[in-house]
Amino acid sequence: MREIHIDRIVDAVSKMVQTANFDLGGDVENAFKQALNKEESPTGRDVLNQLLENVEIARTERVPICQDTGFAVFIVELGQDVHIVGGNLNDAINEGVRRGYKEGYLRKSIVGHPLERKNTGDNTPAIIHIELVEGDQLKIHMSAKGGGSENMSFLKMLKPSDGVEGVKDFIIECVKTAGPNPCPPIVVGVGIGGTFEKAAYLAKKSLFREIGKRSKLPEIAELEEELLEKINKLGIGPQGMGGRTTALDVHIEIYPAHIASLPVAVNINCHAGRHKEVIL
Amino acid sequence: MAKVYLTTPVSAEEISKLKAGDQVYISGVIYTARDAAHKRLVELVEQCKELPFDIKDQLIYFVGPTPAKPGKVIGSAGPTTSYRMDKYSPTLLDLGLRGMIGKGGRSQEVKDSMIKNKAVYMAAVGGAGALIAKRIKKAEVIAYEDLGPEAIRKLEVENFPVIVINDVHGNDLYLQGAEKYRKY
Repeated sequence: MREIHIDRIVDAVSKMVQTANFDLGGDVENAFKQALNKEESPTGRDVLNQLLENVEIARTERVPICQDTGFAVFIVELGQDVHIVGGNLNDAINEGVRRGYKEGYLRKSIVGHPLERKNTGDNTPAIIHIELVEGDQLKIHMSAKGGGSENMSFLKMLKPSDGVEGVKDFIIECVKTAGPNPCPPIVVGVGIGGTFEKAAYLAKKSLFREIGKRSKLPEIAELEEELLEKINKLGIGPQGMGGRTTALDVHIEIYPAHIASLPVAVNINCHAGRHKEVIL
Repeated sequence: MAKVYLTTPVSAEEISKLKAGDQVYISGVIYTARDAAHKRLVELVEQCKELPFDIKDQLIYFVGPTPAKPGKVIGSAGPTTSYRMDKYSPTLLDLGLRGMIGKGGRSQEVKDSMIKNKAVYMAAVGGAGALIAKRIKKAEVIAYEDLGPEAIRKLEVENFPVIVINDVHGNDLYLQGAEKYRKY
């Protein structure tokens, strides 16, 4: 068993929540630049230029790209030969979030009770998904997920007879319904198959993938490309003010399904796709 | 698409000249309020109590900024999605609120209320919080400090850039913009 002390986890998490918010990944920035070349709408181009300028300011001045510094969502790949020492993994991640959001002057956006709605004051608790994997490493993936785009997410239990056409129609309908609300250009995360909660988790997980990276399954990669093209014909455009760039990418993850079910979940990410990963 | 420079407070006459798609640069005082603050403001109106600021001819910015770093006026401060304020906006528009700044679509009820009350809805670029903050010269919490990022702040802005989405004539940039570029 390889031992990993929680202090290392707290430290890594505290740093990654800040970096995620200050330094947008190169995949997203490149996607903005590529979109700028294709964008026909003058307003759309203006918006994309502002987004690029904003990314640069955030990076050099170490200030958040967006004021919604998000719900801190983690997917943790825990090697089964790892022994966490000094405390427990969930507490360590939450302590890292607490520390990072304070040190980085990030916004505290979490209310402790969904109905009573009093802010917890330190952006905890985080959302933590733990996947047990082979090996002796601890891989932490983090996403700062904004509320505006999360609100424009949908799940539907389709019928098997709806088939791939039904899936496509549903995804397109979701993007149309979301319109300008989730801060386009968006990344569309899709989970197909599994159960109700599995589909939602797959959709979320797909958003951790880098922009431009296709599914390893050829038929799914093809579907991603087809949907991206269709979505970018909707005309919604940057910030919904009209244009070619409605989505930067479409990511689809799938899982086996019940003979009776075809669940589809659509989780939308705003253009500020802030995700980081660290391996301990 | 015209370029317009506005100084707050703004009269009904000035606001009526704006058209959907206009680029507007706002200077002067604007007030911040988002979900929780709107709830409290409308509760005050329902109880016939005075609001924490005079709303007539003013603009409300839907934003919850990040905390200011030492020596800075404010943290990142881009717009939040506006439809969550739809339930409350008509009440404030009836009191003379002249405009709102946010991002994303509004309900028909809010659009109708804007036409009736001669008010506009404008969008700032969502997710450009670091850039937008540079146009904010002063920030002061004037109510509901307990709400943290949702407290009401009085901001002094200079050439704060927004685009008119809904004007008093019933135009809607979101609908018209998407229509123009739709390919199927």
